[in-house]
Amino acid sequence: MAQQTLTRAHLSEAVYQEVGLSRNESTALVESVLDAISDSLVAGEPVKISSFGSFQVRQKSGRMGRNPKTGEEVPISPRRVLVFRASHVLKDRINASQGGK
Amino acid sequence: MIKSELVAKIAAQNPHLYQRDVERIVSTIFEEISAALARGDRVELRGFGAFSVKKRAARIGRNPRTGEAVRVAEKAVPFFKTGKELRERLNAGNPNAGNGE
Repeated sequence: MAQQTLTRAHLSEAVYQEVGLSRNESTALVESVLDAISDSLVAGEPVKISSFGSFQVRQKSGRMGRNPKTGEEVPISPRRVLVFRASHVLKDRINASQGGK
Repeated sequence: MIKSELVAKIAAQNPHLYQRDVERIVSTIFEEISAALARGDRVELRGFGAFSVKKRAARIGRNPRTGEAVRVAEKAVPFFKTGKELRERLNAGNPNAGNGE
């Protein structure tokens, strides 16, 4: 089975089918949910969704990196990165259905 | 922020919706993403990030306590890559950070 890519459009469609709202409003709500998650993370607050996973912001300190192609040293500035940890429920579900596909 | 707080936030932004409908909307979004990953599909939400499933090959692991070799079966793990826009928002005011990975 070929791998497919789900997009916002699929999520809006699913919301549209699930709740009796217009397509436009469904699309706007999907966006609101993603915005609310992003805003929380940008404010430095983690987002935890039970049986799905958690998003957390980590502070990385600056370090010297190396361009692997040229061997040249390049400074990497301190930055904030987002890490997602899937819940056990989600991990188990992925492994159950794929059987390690 | 946990899921119920996310629901409350979206409900506050949409006073014309019932809270239980907002709850269904939020649940539908995470359910769609989970189902897609369980099928082995990717979920790409531009600006936010992309969820995908990576395969980990079977390997011979070692029980760190006893040093005993153990077979670890092939498995699939969910993976999230932060989108460009969100990565930039996390590092606003530090334009050199957030490039690359």
